[in-house]
Order: sequence, then structure tokens, then C-alpha cells
Amino acid sequence: MSKIMPAVDVVLVGGGWTGSVIGKELAATGQRVVVLERGQPRWTSPDFQAPGVRDELKYTRRNELHQNAATETYTFRNRVDETALPMRRWQFAYPANHLGGAGVHWSGAYYRWDPVEFRLRSHYTQRYGARIFEDGITAQDWPLTYDELEPFYDRFDRLVGASGFAGNLKGVIQPGGNPFEPWRSRPYPNPPMRVPHAPALFGEAAAKLGYHPYIQPSALSTRPYVNSEGLHMNECVYCGFCSNFGCEQFAKASPQVCILPVALKLPTFELRTNAHVLRVELDKDRKSARGVTYVDAAGVETFQPAQIVTLCAFAINNTRLLLLSGIGRPYDPATGDGVVGRNYTHQTSSGVSLFFDESVKINPFMAAGAVAVTMDDFCSDNFDHGPLGFVGGGYIQIQVVSGAPIGNRPTPPGTPGWGSAWKKAVKRYYNHSIPITITGSALPVRGGYLSLDPTYRDAWGQPLLRITYDFPDNDIKLSAFLTEKGTEIGHAMRGVTLAQGNPRTKPYGATGYQSSHINGGAAMGSDPATSVVNRYGQCWDVPNVFVTGAALFPQNSCYNPTGTIGALAYWTADAIKRDYLKAPGKLIAS
Amino acid sequence: MTDGIPHHRRIFLKQVATAVGAVPLALGASVVAGGAAAAETGTAAAAATAGASGQAPVPVVTAWLFFDGNEGRAAEAAVARLIPADDTGPGAKEAGVAVFIDRQLAGAWGSGDHLYRHAPFLAGTPQQGYQLAFTPAEMFRLGFAKLDEAARKAHAGAFADLTPEQQDALLGEAEHGKLDFGALPSAAFFGALLDATMEGFFSDPIYGGNRDKIGWKLVGFPGVHASYANDIERHGVAWTRPPASIADADNGG
Repeated sequence: MSKIMPAVDVVLVGGGWTGSVIGKELAATGQRVVVLERGQPRWTSPDFQAPGVRDELKYTRRNELHQNAATETYTFRNRVDETALPMRRWQFAYPANHLGGAGVHWSGAYYRWDPVEFRLRSHYTQRYGARIFEDGITAQDWPLTYDELEPFYDRFDRLVGASGFAGNLKGVIQPGGNPFEPWRSRPYPNPPMRVPHAPALFGEAAAKLGYHPYIQPSALSTRPYVNSEGLHMNECVYCGFCSNFGCEQFAKASPQVCILPVALKLPTFELRTNAHVLRVELDKDRKSARGVTYVDAAGVETFQPAQIVTLCAFAINNTRLLLLSGIGRPYDPATGDGVVGRNYTHQTSSGVSLFFDESVKINPFMAAGAVAVTMDDFCSDNFDHGPLGFVGGGYIQIQVVSGAPIGNRPTPPGTPGWGSAWKKAVKRYYNHSIPITITGSALPVRGGYLSLDPTYRDAWGQPLLRITYDFPDNDIKLSAFLTEKGTEIGHAMRGVTLAQGNPRTKPYGATGYQSSHINGGAAMGSDPATSVVNRYGQCWDVPNVFVTGAALFPQNSCYNPTGTIGALAYWTADAIKRDYLKAPGKLIAS
Repeated sequence: MTDGIPHHRRIFLKQVATAVGAVPLALGASVVAGGAAAAETGTAAAAATAGASGQAPVPVVTAWLFFDGNEGRAAEAAVARLIPADDTGPGAKEAGVAVFIDRQLAGAWGSGDHLYRHAPFLAGTPQQGYQLAFTPAEMFRLGFAKLDEAARKAHAGAFADLTPEQQDALLGEAEHGKLDFGALPSAAFFGALLDATMEGFFSDPIYGGNRDKIGWKLVGFPGVHASYANDIERHGVAWTRPPASIADADNGG
């Protein structure tokens, strides 16, 4: 028998970026809002303050801000004829836990997606012919365009204090910026980040080869800034404890820094932490949600009635909640029928290891999660794919994320992993090595999908989410191409004595980190036969349930997801405020 | 400056020794005088190092929390081969890495607080990753026992009593899965031991390893400095300030 809470207008599952943005927007209109966050409340002060936060063992190796794999993980297999087994510890990605979610431990790399990403299938088909897509690729157009989303990107820019130099203002290319950048209505609110040594060397070599390097946009504030909510951010100090850490400085944008303090002042907004949602409860006709059931900090099962349910959990965890709640038809890879779980993707990442002569001091500890010189010459459809025979692209860059040496202790290929020879090499190369990072797009495949595991369960007895996936040949070709380009740039850099490209190869696996950008399973679309939600994130089958975040991506771009996730959160909040609250029901006929 | 330690660093070392009673940096000095003897009692390990600046050795007595005496001896001997003391400076044993591993195994990580441990435990593909039931604590307990067993079989002595060459050969066999550790693949144990050794050598000294920031000094990692805002555009600048730990910063250092 569940405990029952007083009814509210809106319940949001998860206190990360999308739950905070939509929760605040709706609470400000007078809607009674409850955000249920499964993790603990953690704040910039006191939780993320120096010196205690600068602890690589605690935050990176012991997963302090990551989802606890002991209580909830994913199972994984490459193919449907294998038995999926649990990821018993995190290696391939860092799903988040605690207030702010991945918006706390992220790196702050901050991109808009190219207009082509939103009409991927039709664009490539028009330019290159349908056969550019290999058999079994289930990529599809988004149900909205970049132009429609632009005002919402702009809005999120001003929430996170984005830093960068505009490359394209209302269609006019700006000298000094990224010439491939999608048009933007206004400049970045803050100037670009300072450029460390290695990215500067990368930019010099890339420019020499005729490419267009620029300073990566970031959500790390580069000067004192008052954001669109009236909250203060400070200047990033390049402390080097950024990715996997909370920011002590109020410089890296997070829900805690950028929005929650304002939301919590609204009398209609309530944040309930240590509230782990098990499922959305549906009416008998299964066409309407009644609210959600969660387990509170004491372990008591609790029902929260609500008029609107919004799923704002981490990425593909939203897909799991849909499956656990029986919302939408689960995808069947054998027939291609069903939609929930379809179009899972990750990120086709690779790198080039660079080793320098001793005159080049990298100082890898002078770092920030998103400080990089990057280039978009091979992103999206910025280059001719015709002779190459693959779809998609990737950015090539040098970023200086962290010098913390449990994780960062490069040695040249062929060096033993231990003993005096290793020790000599790590001493020689620690300050004279850094990789070129390549972040590639990912296409969905018919056999790659998310489903509930038949065997393994979480700490609350619910089935784990099962990932079935291997790379399409398309993405392997893409990675080989990009990694070769990156290696050429590495060879052209001053002081480099060895450049070794490491392209992504099959099989996809659970054992190597390849970004925390895990997407799909609740694709946004215009056709209910191939999508779970409509263009506003509203479930086709249960119209008072909305879904947010990377679960909506029909395929993955090379660009990091958070900018687009934030823009979509404002887009959904706007549709609910403008249309749904006035006439609850389907916003798009189906 | 006859010992080659810059003046500012010498002062820093003195401050550390005063502040936390820790052992000064032992650049090429003799190390760990009492560890093995104390460990043989099964209750404690002691380590003492002679200071590079000529101070009297200060004993650091650390009771094992998790290891028994044999495990502690094997751990100290193994980490001393994985990261040896040599002409590049002190190694993992001098840095207290065995102490670090012992404390980690005694704590939440050792008992698998972030490890999914539900059955069934099935052999998977390499892409599916670690699929054994062992917690780190269980794995290290069995692993060190089996390492000693393999040492006795090959050389009639515990692992810690073998020559460095014999120890290296056994570790190399474990690395490639060639030792029979029963239910525990020896390569899995070796991988976990190497990971834990690197963690102990390079993590903040507050966890008991990286003593005197031996690991950070080897590579030149400054630890927990507050800001590089004024330095990040000084490309290639030589960073010479001594490293700082969370504990130093907490103590106003």
C-alpha cells in the first residue's frame, strides 16, 4: 500500500537540466510543481568547495557523482543472439546521479547542432542519393528545424553563460569565428576561453593545412556574469578539476548555479531529493497518466498524483521509465515494429596520441573541461561525402581537460605497463604528451536498441535497461577517415615526435570510455510509427506525459548534446505553457 | 644547495614534516626500514625513511586494516616491483601504496559499494567487461594467497622473499594469465593490482599513498593548486612550485 502525497499539477522526474528548466518555467506560471530527484541534494557550497573537491580518486575513480552501478546499471550485448550481461562497474560512460545530474559533472562543451542534423535523412538523400545510407540504418529527420529551435538555443545560451566567438551572426560570417557555425541571432554572452599551449599548437597546424580552427564554445563562464535568471557566475580559473567534478567556482554552468536557486524561491516549486521514481502510473485506459510512484529516502513506496508527468531523468534512463511504465509500443528489431527503445546511439569517438620533444611543456593540469581549439571542417555535411561513402562527420580538436595523473599518464606505444621502463617513460612524457580528440556522429541501426533485461534487476527489483548495439560500418569508415585527418594534423604540429592515430573499431564494447552521450529510445518524430513523442516531446500514446533529453535524439550528432537538450527543454516548456495548459490533450493529431 | 633540492622546496618539506608529522622526501635515500619485520607480527607494518636533508628517520607506524601480515608483505613486495625505487626516485612501496590498498580494501570500495553483484555470473565476451563475483576485497585476499602459493611452488619461498627478478617473472606470468589462481583468473588479479597501485601512487596523499607526493613529484603534477587563470596563456612555462595536497590546503598551505 503506497503512501499518497497531495496532488500537484506537474511532476518532473529528475533534477538535472531539463527538470530544472521546465520545472521553473511551469512553476513561474503558477503551476504547482514537484521535482523528484533520486539522488542527494548537493550544492556548489559547501559540497563542491576546494580543496576537498579536487580529489581524482573520489570523483573520477570512485564515481562520486555517477549513478551507482551497484543499485542500477545497464546490461549489454552486441547482438540479439547473445545474452546481455550487466555492466558491473562504469567504464563506457558516466551516467549521473544526485541533484543537477550530469549537468554537474559534465565538461561544459557547448554546441548547437548543425541545421543538417535536423533533416539528416532527407538532406543526404537529396545531395548524394538514398544509397549513401547503408542497409539497416534507421536514421530519420527530426520533426523540427534548426531555425525553429534557434530562439531556444539563444535562451539557453543566456542561462548557462555560454562563452565563444560568434562565427555566423544572422547569416553573416564573422572573421575570427567558426565559419561553419549555424547562424545565431545574437553573439555569445561571454567571450571565448583562454587558449592553453597544446590547443594553440593544434590551431597553428590546422590553419597551416588550410582548415578553420576556432576556440570551442563552452558553458564555463569566462568573466563575472549575471545570467538570464539573475544569478551570478564567476570566471573559470582553469583549475583542472572539471569533468567528473562539481565546479567550486560557480563558473561551470549547472542547474545549481544557473536556475535552481531561483526556482526554489517560487512558492509553487518544490524539490524533493532522495526520491527514486519507479514508474509512471496510468489510468485503466492507458491513455492518461495519473502520476508517478517513487521510493522515498526511507524506502517507503509513495504515489505522487499529477496532471502532467515530465520525464527528465538521465538520457536513456527516460527510455527505461517508458518501458517500465508500459508507455508506447516496445521496439522489436526482428520485425522493425514498435518504437520505444528504437534508435539507440552513442558517440563515435577516437583519438591521436601525440608525443613531443622535451622543449614543449604541455602543462596538462592547467585545464578546464571545455577548453579547446577545435575545427568543424569535417563535421556534419561541411565536406563532400560523395567519394567517401559514409554519412556524418566529427570535430577534431585538442582539449586540455585534466592533468590528474591516475587517469592521465601517457606513455608511447610499446612502453611496458609497469616497472622501471614504464616509470622512466611516464616521467619523460607526462608533460610532453596530449591526444587529439575526435568526436564523431553516430547512426542508428535496425539491430541496435534498448529494451528491458529479462534477467537482471535493480535494487528495487525492476528490470535493468538492456543495450543491444554494434557500430554500423558507416561509423567505422567515418572514424577511419577522421582519425587519418587528425593524424595528419598531429604530424604538422611543432615539437611532435610521434603521432599515432587510434580509430574506433568494431566491436562496440562496455569497457572503454567513449563519452557519456548515450542517446535514443524515445525518438522525437512526425510519424507515430517511427517515433515515441511528437515535436514537443509529448508522448503520442499518453499525451499528459512529456519526455526530455537525449532519449529524444533519432541519431547522434558529432556535437555534444547539452546545448540541444537545453534548447529542447525551453521549447517543450513553451509548448506546454502556450498550448497544452489552455487545452490539455494532443498537441499534434495522430 | 648541495643536495640539489631548491630552497623553496626544502622549506616546503620542512613545513610538511612539521604540519603532519610525515616523512620528508627520500630522494634516493634508503627506505622502509621496519616494514617487513613489523608485518611479520601479523598486526602492523612500520615504515621509516631517512630524510634527504639529513634529518633522523621518523618511523611511520601503520596498522594494517585489511591485510594479514602475509598479505601485507606480499602487497609491499608486489607494488615495489610494479613501480620500483630506481634512479628516477622512490617507488610505490616508499609512497605507501600498500597502505593505500589496505585502506581501500577495508572500506566501501573494497566491499564493492559501486559494483553490481547480482547473479547470474556468466562468462561473457571481452566487450561485456568484468563479470566475476569477487569484490575487490575478496579478489585481493585470494590473489595474494595465490601469488604466495605460486612463489612457493616455483622458488620455495613466499613472494616477498624472492629476488626482484623472480618476482618480476611471476608478476609477468600473472599479467598474461599464465598462473593458476583457481577461480580467479590471474590476469584479472594482476589488472586490479596494477590499477590499485597506480591509484595509490597518484591519488591525493590523504588516502595513505603518494606519501610525500612521491608520485606527483615524479611526473610534475602540482596537486590541488587553486587557479591557473594567470598562467594558462604563458605557454610552456616551467611550473616549479611544489605540489600541494588537500591536507596541505586545509592546513592553509
